[in-house]
Amino acid sequence: MMTEARLDVDLNGVRFPNPVLAASGCFGSGREMAGVIDLAGLGGIVTKSVTWAPTRGLSTPRMAETPSGMLNAIGLQNPGVEEFRAKDGPFIESLGVPVVVSVAGTSVEEYSQVTLRVRDLPGVVAIEANISCPNVERRNQVFACHADQAAEVIGAMTRLTTVPVFAKLTADVTNIVGVAQACVRAGAHGLSLINTLLGMAIDVETFRPRLGAVTGGLSGPAIRPVAVRCVYQVAQALPETPIIGIGGVTRAEDAVELMVAGAWAVQVGTANFFNPGAVAEVAAGIGEFLTRKGLAGPTDLRGKVQLRRNVPEPAHRRG
Amino acid sequence: MIRARCEVLSNRRTGRYHSLTLVAPEIAEDAKPGQFIEVGVPEGRDILLRRPFSIHQASRRGGWAGTLEIVFDALGPGTAWLAEARSHDVLDVVGPLGRPFNDPGDLSTCLLVGGGYGAAPLYFLAEELRAKDKAVHMIVGARTAERVFKPLEGKRLASSLVFTTDDGTMGELGRVTDALPSVIKRTGAQVVYACGPNPMLRAVGEYCRDLEIPCQVAVEELMACGLGICWTCVVPFIALDGRGWWNVRACVEGPVLNAARIWWDRWLGASADDQTPPEGFTAAPEPQLAKPWPR
Repeated sequence: MMTEARLDVDLNGVRFPNPVLAASGCFGSGREMAGVIDLAGLGGIVTKSVTWAPTRGLSTPRMAETPSGMLNAIGLQNPGVEEFRAKDGPFIESLGVPVVVSVAGTSVEEYSQVTLRVRDLPGVVAIEANISCPNVERRNQVFACHADQAAEVIGAMTRLTTVPVFAKLTADVTNIVGVAQACVRAGAHGLSLINTLLGMAIDVETFRPRLGAVTGGLSGPAIRPVAVRCVYQVAQALPETPIIGIGGVTRAEDAVELMVAGAWAVQVGTANFFNPGAVAEVAAGIGEFLTRKGLAGPTDLRGKVQLRRNVPEPAHRRG
Repeated sequence: MIRARCEVLSNRRTGRYHSLTLVAPEIAEDAKPGQFIEVGVPEGRDILLRRPFSIHQASRRGGWAGTLEIVFDALGPGTAWLAEARSHDVLDVVGPLGRPFNDPGDLSTCLLVGGGYGAAPLYFLAEELRAKDKAVHMIVGARTAERVFKPLEGKRLASSLVFTTDDGTMGELGRVTDALPSVIKRTGAQVVYACGPNPMLRAVGEYCRDLEIPCQVAVEELMACGLGICWTCVVPFIALDGRGWWNVRACVEGPVLNAARIWWDRWLGASADDQTPPEGFTAAPEPQLAKPWPR
């Protein structure tokens, strides 16, 4: 007899009813989506990044569609942490879905101050440190590009709160494992892999960049293989650290791929834009997948990538 | 807001443009002039995002066979795909979205200014205004005659109608803004509604602001979601007291906005960095919380 798979996951103490969360910047705080879909099927919501002061963000055009993906250059537009507390705080408390608050900033002090203002919000189960947004004024503000700077931010945040902190990293580095290890040593509870990749598109008729900010972050299915690679590399080095896989998940099989690479859970980002029901659909699809495979839960997928060949190579390749 | 699978009733050419009618009773029931829908692109293509279209007509028909009509120019891969849609095809539609044109209240003489297929939602608006016994005048412009949107429909709806074309192939030679002063004078327009290319909206909006005539414009900006979550489609919008500004979303706070409060220079100017604020504008007071952080 086939038993229905259980979907709940435990990321070393951070629990979600299923392993599929809405990614930061792709779901608001859930308020906008509450009128569109039933939020009950969500594993969790990662809020749009919140900074200390209100941030107006970058000039338009802020988006350029590219093959199987899109570039965005929003520039962390948000109303600032005080308005976030006032407007989104009560919503998050009443939601009944675990919420991870994404925190962004341009200095270690700003990350610390925002952490102090969100750590006590009811309904918040974790904080995601967005240290990898590519749409900042200067590249040296992308703390996740350097292991020491990433560790400094994570260390400052984890000293201020007992709420678990996930470090969101970028693949735009030579050695993501080194950055990941530095973050874990600095106290990160887990890792969110990956943020958008820095990209650029040019209109060849006008010779002008298609984004107002010239460069922007690439997301969508186009980046999924990069995410799978990053999750795999980091999971191999840090098997005890919870990893949330992010990058181009649009259907259950994509989530399964990231989990087989080593992710404990996944986030769905760009897919929400064209399919508001994507998060719940992916979660339901994982359940069906597990049931079909006769697996008990998402942990049966985690890191189960088969590296050794258990079938002989075709004769022509053996020579 | 409703997500529905909608059958294509018809897809035909209207001059230069494509006119697509969908069976969408629930969306049609709710739809108001100025609102838009998002049409999903089928899987298996290298384009992912829904395409936004303003609602040209919503026929309610008692709520069971209601239809929606949208109009577009097949310019990109999404609209090229949609141009191929046939009767009985089923589309994934979300709508109605965004804030509609405001009711003119006590004002009784309305002027509707449309450019290109941007005139599409104004015909829907004209019908609603006429049903409220408002006087409706129109200016409809385009680059050339074949791009003037549904001229006969306009004549049927408006008490007076002026066409303009950039090349003089139909109506008056010139732009809608060339005709605007004389039409406002002649009709005594008390409120102006406009939809079309953004530079046109700017010209109309600035002229109305100088005359202190309320003017609402339906803006267009690149949009990823249409639901208010991606923060892509923003327009710099000046605070009610004129002090400061914020980027508002065309999909939620818009697409219909008060033209007098749009900071056009910043939005449509060549470079966002060297723009001078509008007259009477004071820089946004940065909120002083515990202590301000250097940015």
